[in-house]
Amino acid sequence: MTDRAWAATRKGLFELRRRRAGWEIERLSFMADPVTMLLPPDASGHMLAGLNLGHFGAKLQASADAGKTWREVAAPSFPPQPAGAEGPEWKLQQVFALERSGDAIWCGSVPGGLFVSRDGGESWQLDEVLWRDPRRAQWMGGGNPAPALHSICPHPTRPDELLIGVSCGGAWRTADGGRSWGLRATGMRADFMPPDLAGDENSQDPHLIARCRAVPEVLWCQHHCGIYRSSDNGASWVELQAQPSSFGFAVAAHPGDPDTAWFAPAIKDERRVPVDGALCVTRTRDGGRSFEALRSGLPQQHCYDLIYRHGLAVDDSGEQLLMGSTTGGLWASSDAGDRWQTISTHLPPIYAVKFG
Amino acid sequence: MPLVEFTPQLRRFVDAPACRCDAATLREALEAAFAAQPRLRGYIVDEQGHLRVNVVVFIDGRRARDLRGLSDPLAPDSHIHVLQALSGG
Repeated sequence: MTDRAWAATRKGLFELRRRRAGWEIERLSFMADPVTMLLPPDASGHMLAGLNLGHFGAKLQASADAGKTWREVAAPSFPPQPAGAEGPEWKLQQVFALERSGDAIWCGSVPGGLFVSRDGGESWQLDEVLWRDPRRAQWMGGGNPAPALHSICPHPTRPDELLIGVSCGGAWRTADGGRSWGLRATGMRADFMPPDLAGDENSQDPHLIARCRAVPEVLWCQHHCGIYRSSDNGASWVELQAQPSSFGFAVAAHPGDPDTAWFAPAIKDERRVPVDGALCVTRTRDGGRSFEALRSGLPQQHCYDLIYRHGLAVDDSGEQLLMGSTTGGLWASSDAGDRWQTISTHLPPIYAVKFG
Repeated sequence: MPLVEFTPQLRRFVDAPACRCDAATLREALEAAFAAQPRLRGYIVDEQGHLRVNVVVFIDGRRARDLRGLSDPLAPDSHIHVLQALSGG
């Protein structure tokens, strides 16, 4: 099982190690700087971290030694904005998603741009096809004033194929490395839209989309309006019902079992705290027909921790989970969520957790 | 010649030495500083060339006005301070 993990927080990047007594904090990089996303190290130790400096903008840092030392590399940036261009300003606000696929690294941003690097993150190119798609003009913010491209789901055996998620701009798929794109959100429903637009694929607010690596046709989506599963690579989505709530931001897909996924529920819609002040993770093991609420080891009284969309992760074994909260709670499970251990209750607000 | 000075807070991320330059506008002065230290550019302006929203510039004690065009005129002995805006935290 993986013995290294990461927590990207409002005040730096924490490296975690699993030892006999459990997970421990090994190292803090970028102390006091917001780290919005990270790409865990590959076999060579290469990794990336996206920073969002309060005054000086969004930055990208690279490490060649698994986070021991860092150097700044060029952050993705938008081309000159034409006069009169609609939508958000063509300015990088946040690095919001980082994923490897084959030899490429893909980066999602706020505002909803997708960038690719084919030189290990040293330079980036905007996917102009998606950015210039006229349908992007209909995208809206979700949580941010600007749209956010938060989910990048590579296909494990077809490196040029990605499924992405945008809040609020639906789900999209490319099969040719970003040269063409199609919407992939049929079946999702947006109850925040005028009724005749509720089914509009381009208006959906998937909070996060995660793919089952062993059965890549299976995708899970924690949507603003509920939980969805696709068993046909995103061609269609089926809504599922979970208790105590189907609202939330995060989802983790079991890497080997297409019927298993985890979610972190909260009260919908403008009261984003755990139901009854009691934190739980919901798990389905039957493809979404039923869910169980897993609470052992998680705070059950006066808990107001919210789990951001990138705040729940599962490792390659499908047994270890990590969950980080807005109020600096960090919990781990080594038995697929049955029991949780507290790593800390006083870290900075946690934006993302990753194994690897 | 006008003098540009940068907040010492930048030193945590990038060298930002004071820069004396022959410049008639704020943009010309900043471009001279960026020519000497290219990494500094992304910390002061965004990719559209606009002053970052949480960076503030004073020219001879007055806030710069043209935050996008950076066309504020300079006097031969202008003193420019590039600082963190409190809006940024």
